[in-house]
Amino acid sequence: MQDVANWALNTADLRGASYADARIVAQRSRALTTKNGKVGSASDAESVGMSVRVLADGAWGFAASENLSRAAVEATAAHAVEIARASSRVKLHDVQMVAEKSVRADWATPCKIDPFSISVEQNIDLLLNIDSALRSVEGVTLAETNLNFNREESWFVSSEGSDIHQTKYSTGAGYAAYAFAGNEIQKRSYPCSYGGQWQNKGYELIEELKLLENARRIAEEAVALHNADQCPEGTFDIILEGSQLGLQIHESVGHPIELDRVLGMEANFAGTSFLTLDKLRHLRYGSDLVNVVADARQEHGPGLGTFGYDDEGVPAQCTKIITDGLFTGYLSSRETAHTIGENRSGGTLRAEGWNRLPMIRMTNISLLPGNKPLSLEQLIAATDHGILMDTNRSWSIDDKRYNFQFGCEIGWEIKNGKRIRMVKNPSYSGITTEFWNSLDAICSRDEWTLWGTPNCGKGQPQQVMGTGHGAAPSRFRKIKVGCAFKNN
Amino acid sequence: MLTHEKASDTFDRIKKLTSADEVEVFLSGGKHSLTRFANNTIHQNVAEANHTISVRTAFGGRTARASTNKFDDESLRRVVEASESLAKVQHSDPDLLPMPDARETGGDADEAEGKTARATHTPAQTGTNPATPSRHFAATAAITPEQRAEGVKHIVAVADRHRLTTAGTYSSNEWVEGIFNSRGVNKWHEQTSAEISITMIGEDSSGWQKANSPDAVNLDPKTLAETAAKKAIDTAQPVELPPGKYTVILEPAAALDIVGFMFWDYSGTSILDQRSFLSGRIGTKVFGENITIWDDVNHPLQTGSPFDGEGMTRRRLPLVENGVVTRVVYARATAARMKRSEYKDKAGPVEATGHGFLLPNEAGEMPVNIVFAPPTHPQSLEQMISSTERGVLVTRLWYIREVEPYEKICTGMTRDGTFYIENGRVKHGIRNFRFNESLIHMLSNVAAMSLPVRASGEESIDMVVPAMKIDDFNFTEVTKF
Repeated sequence: MQDVANWALNTADLRGASYADARIVAQRSRALTTKNGKVGSASDAESVGMSVRVLADGAWGFAASENLSRAAVEATAAHAVEIARASSRVKLHDVQMVAEKSVRADWATPCKIDPFSISVEQNIDLLLNIDSALRSVEGVTLAETNLNFNREESWFVSSEGSDIHQTKYSTGAGYAAYAFAGNEIQKRSYPCSYGGQWQNKGYELIEELKLLENARRIAEEAVALHNADQCPEGTFDIILEGSQLGLQIHESVGHPIELDRVLGMEANFAGTSFLTLDKLRHLRYGSDLVNVVADARQEHGPGLGTFGYDDEGVPAQCTKIITDGLFTGYLSSRETAHTIGENRSGGTLRAEGWNRLPMIRMTNISLLPGNKPLSLEQLIAATDHGILMDTNRSWSIDDKRYNFQFGCEIGWEIKNGKRIRMVKNPSYSGITTEFWNSLDAICSRDEWTLWGTPNCGKGQPQQVMGTGHGAAPSRFRKIKVGCAFKNN
Repeated sequence: MLTHEKASDTFDRIKKLTSADEVEVFLSGGKHSLTRFANNTIHQNVAEANHTISVRTAFGGRTARASTNKFDDESLRRVVEASESLAKVQHSDPDLLPMPDARETGGDADEAEGKTARATHTPAQTGTNPATPSRHFAATAAITPEQRAEGVKHIVAVADRHRLTTAGTYSSNEWVEGIFNSRGVNKWHEQTSAEISITMIGEDSSGWQKANSPDAVNLDPKTLAETAAKKAIDTAQPVELPPGKYTVILEPAAALDIVGFMFWDYSGTSILDQRSFLSGRIGTKVFGENITIWDDVNHPLQTGSPFDGEGMTRRRLPLVENGVVTRVVYARATAARMKRSEYKDKAGPVEATGHGFLLPNEAGEMPVNIVFAPPTHPQSLEQMISSTERGVLVTRLWYIREVEPYEKICTGMTRDGTFYIENGRVKHGIRNFRFNESLIHMLSNVAAMSLPVRASGEESIDMVVPAMKIDDFNFTEVTKF
């Protein structure tokens, strides 16, 4: 692969690029699903290719090809320079990049069990056993399960002398039970919705998730929702379970802190951000209990945002995003760091694959757990009247990330410290900063999970990226509940 | 670019490598280029060349798929082996059908050679397939980075003239799709497209326009830029209105983004799975009398290949006629399952329609070439506005998600050009609303429609869709801008 990178970098240099980097990426994936007692899909995929990113005449160019022959690689690099020169025809300023020390490194996801070493038969048996447990509950009309394994090997080489080889594994698994009756479709998912839990781990994740052990309970809840009362509408204290809170963090903290959004670079598609530069170290984002970090380091955990180096060769870092409620940091890159007075990138530039331009992506954006011991059951016991909401069902937020609305699969009304009834179709809505300032309790470390969001979309052409979100169940005071069903 | 000849040759090589009872190869890929601008500067500019070979093998009732983007002998051997290994360990599925032959798939063996462009579109009998219009244009395939930069320069000039900031994209693409199987299916499709999307941003307002076409000559960056700029200017200093039920005029892109959320349900598989809002509703009047919807890949304003994931020819079908949901689409195996199911008498006409995804999959099929029929009395956007006493004009919707699947309640936001209408005139810009609206309610309350046009949004597939004036649209919250 060194040869491929050198062909690209030499060509870029000869064509007049002032900076170039080359990435060669080999991806392998396996996806297995079942539906109502049968295999739904079984597929393997591999994709190998290279890309060149260059600066020429002060502007960016990027070209990618599946063809790793010398002639094709050199043509791709030359095309990247041609594209950069075209970019320079419409520019106000030359691109500036903060310095980064070059590095030679090798990094790999700690992976106890290579997921591709587990036989397909074993995987299908597991999924069909879960499926059977789900459908053993009367009233379940549809059961779906999934297992996903990914391996990505990448080589990053830059004209500044960096040479980084990384190997990453990610694993995901989950299932859902649907119950259709009357005029209503209800659904429960485990461990969370939309493909379940994902982490940068090997097959050991599957063994940790206790998938089969929870199947019957989940199916029973899907059916029981039909007899549950509609979630009341009004203003309530709410407790969010960890995976729902993880998505709340993703949408109302993770996206608005992306510096490219803040600077208007995503204005046409993903949108901008209410977090204009004047708010850094001035805005009270949340209550004093709110501490959020963007942490890509392995010591934070095996999140989908964990890596050794980002896709422009910057080492993984931890950036304090919200500190005791105060907004203290953005997600940045070598191109954007100078706009917030930083002389180094926060190391968040990542690409979906060999054929995509790296862009600022969330790493692991995590709400740190509470310092005092507090379990979910203790938090419920300490709540006079509220709604506990579990597992995301719908999510939506405006293009500056102010107004959001989330729906959950299931809820429970709490009165005098006890769950008094199950409620269906729970939803809540609010304004980002008002919501985070209403947080008054976070469960402690033993309730904290690093959740994976495998499907974060951003960019044009759109790229899908995995992000991590550590969260423990938390309570928010006086939140608007039930808006999703108002007047419907 | 991969040619039909090379693709056929690749299929022949794969056939020799497999011991499977049946083999199917789907080849796709091409060249994709996109120039992206923001803050009146080109800030990202990318090009990609890639092709994928996807191999499905079948042994009796067992099948699986593997794919690669490498065409060398060793990679082909590996991808065949991966597909076979996965297939062999499956449990036998009695619902898996033999692959179709060329007779069953119907249509032209090679539509790319039948470039019979049509100037007008005459509705044909259900199920007949007039030749697909040519969707490959050499000049669009040959667009250079310099030409895209020139287009962006025109857009930035408009922004500069109006003292606005602009962001957006100008892309050009050329790609192919081909499907071959061991029972003689050999289908090939070539396509180009160009697309421009523009956001114009003022101090406290914004405007947006987007258009695409297989032929770049149909795109006019200056006109799109001027329209987006006018929206940004006219919505400056937006006023906050209280949420509630309003008469709403959705421009075509806004209409398509929300109605697009129901088409996954027009699928035999969704009915069998009992997760479609059409369960128990096929053959009944679900929407207003003025709603008629077709799926028609051959419509002159549509794009895409005229065959599905098994090579079956996509048929032209009425999905909704005068508010009555008449039928849903079927992949081959779904149709066979439906004929044996307890729902067969409540599922409309049951037959393979050419809308299946690549097998194996769990989603089944979906109509992807939606065309709304023109209304009896079309109204221009201006006529809709002039007849509105109090209402909201919406340019674009955003972050739409399904809240409730059976009443099809969707939530989302307005974005980039939301106006208040009073006494037949656009008065001023307003802060953006959140909606929670049932699609059944919405399409039962369409008071007026324009002639349908090709429109493109961000949340749903491109469609041929009208602007719609809707009574009692449910806005539930308002945001801060």
